[in-house]
Amino acid sequence: MAQTSAKPAYNRPESSENSVVGSMETVLKPPTPTGSQTVVEAPLRMQIRDLNFYYGKLHALHSINLQVAANRVTALIGPSGCGKSTLIRTFNRMHETVRGTRLVGEILLDGEDVFAQDVTHLRRRIGMVFQRPNPFPKSIFENVAYGLRINGLPAASHGHLSEAVEHSLLRAALWDEVKDQLHKSAYALSGGQQQRLCIARALAVDPEVLLLDEPCSALDPVNTAKIEELLFHLKQNCTLVIVTHNMQQAARVSDATAFLLNGELIEFRPTPQLFTTPSDPRTEAYITGRFG
Amino acid sequence: MNLRMLWRKSVNIIMLSLTGLCALVAVSVLFFILGYLVYHGGRDVNWDFFTKLPKPVGETGGGMANAIVGSGKLLFLAALFGIPVGLLGGVYLAEFGGHAVPFVVRYTADLLNGVPSIVIGIFAYALVVMPVHHFSTLAGGFALGVMMIPIVLRSTEEFLHAVPRSMREGAMALGASKWRTISSVVLPAASRGILTAALLALARVAGETAPLLFTAFGNRFWSPGWSQPISSLPVMIYTYAVGPYEDWHQQAWAAGLVLLGLVLVTNIVVRTLLSRGASPQRS
Repeated sequence: MAQTSAKPAYNRPESSENSVVGSMETVLKPPTPTGSQTVVEAPLRMQIRDLNFYYGKLHALHSINLQVAANRVTALIGPSGCGKSTLIRTFNRMHETVRGTRLVGEILLDGEDVFAQDVTHLRRRIGMVFQRPNPFPKSIFENVAYGLRINGLPAASHGHLSEAVEHSLLRAALWDEVKDQLHKSAYALSGGQQQRLCIARALAVDPEVLLLDEPCSALDPVNTAKIEELLFHLKQNCTLVIVTHNMQQAARVSDATAFLLNGELIEFRPTPQLFTTPSDPRTEAYITGRFG
Repeated sequence: MNLRMLWRKSVNIIMLSLTGLCALVAVSVLFFILGYLVYHGGRDVNWDFFTKLPKPVGETGGGMANAIVGSGKLLFLAALFGIPVGLLGGVYLAEFGGHAVPFVVRYTADLLNGVPSIVIGIFAYALVVMPVHHFSTLAGGFALGVMMIPIVLRSTEEFLHAVPRSMREGAMALGASKWRTISSVVLPAASRGILTAALLALARVAGETAPLLFTAFGNRFWSPGWSQPISSLPVMIYTYAVGPYEDWHQQAWAAGLVLLGLVLVTNIVVRTLLSRGASPQRS
């Protein structure tokens, strides 16, 4: 992939504190410096403050502090079971669909507490793509239109539905492959196409943030490359958070990378620095392949 | 040593043949019944049987048109009552409910499924027939509907559980409410299975006699509307089979053949549909 060379220039080295810029600075000052450095110079879209998460009695996430910069790709890496999927699922409150979970801490979207918002509204603002493609048993068109229909968005009611669907499929780089078979079942598509369809479906409601939970783990290298290229274009209009167990992928697509281990955020830095000069020995051990 | 080998070998052979024999018995019962019905009743299944009313006692000929239509009307009512209740109850069981409630509902449904059909009949009699003081199509349909509830409920639950969790998450991640997720994604995904189960339940209650004896009662003529006693194939079979006339016995055989044929055809069609749509998913 070509993205590595095309790495944008804003990943400059910076001091680990006080790099918050933009209008939200006053609101978003991190309360504790431990592991919560702002690493990319861009306005902040999301703030995770002192987040603890429990599955029953299991303490799955320990005091996570993380900041997600707008229009950047933030990657969460770490070995299996480190809590990266758990963490990303708290961002749009998907953890609430699992019984027996408990969350303590604060998550802010544009400075607003996500737990104070209506959950359906929140999930329209924060889209999600899952590990395995999960299209609905409907046509390609209806899959993409689903979010517009259920949210009663203007596009659905004013007869602009097909335009909106085309736009989303174009953004997900799937339009050319499916434009002649929009009314076929989504299951007729290949795995890679299905995953891009799921991305199109999430993009249709125009979310501010798109969460991707290991979106390529069920795909072959060619389809993985397509999705990675897609992410690079998507971040112009959207903030992306991606969970991946593939360190090369994190290095290729992300601007900032957070390394999690056993439910703790070990290190969060601009991607090039995390991979070249990790500050924590555990990060170094992981990225050099000594475990995980 | 040799004796022991011989013993082990012969036990093996005996047990294997015994299992085979029992399997053969199980399979042949159906074909035996079918053959017996065709042998005795085949001659009387003719055009008149499907189009004519029963003749008065003493006259030969006539048919069971009213019983066939009556069974259809009763089953329509049963479906109208049993399928929605079973379906929505199954949705509740699979999608809502905490830990204790689903257990109680599931257990109760299984018990209800095991309640003898004559008891269901008494229940419908007390609930629907007693207050209005006469037998009716409604009462019969209600009794059959009650019998359908546990079957539809449990199979709905099973088919809903088979819908992958990821599909629900996909809808909820787009901002769909729980009910919206269920109605627009989960139920359509499970619709083929649920429809199959509902039709099988219908075929199952189509042959019930006991719940109809003192609800729908029976009728030798057409039954207009829904509040009159109505004839049905199983009750006709019962009445004609215990009657003293030889031509009644013949017609009972014929009715048995028609009823079994209808149920078998429904079963086979439904099962074919199900197996064709068993794996709608890749991945």
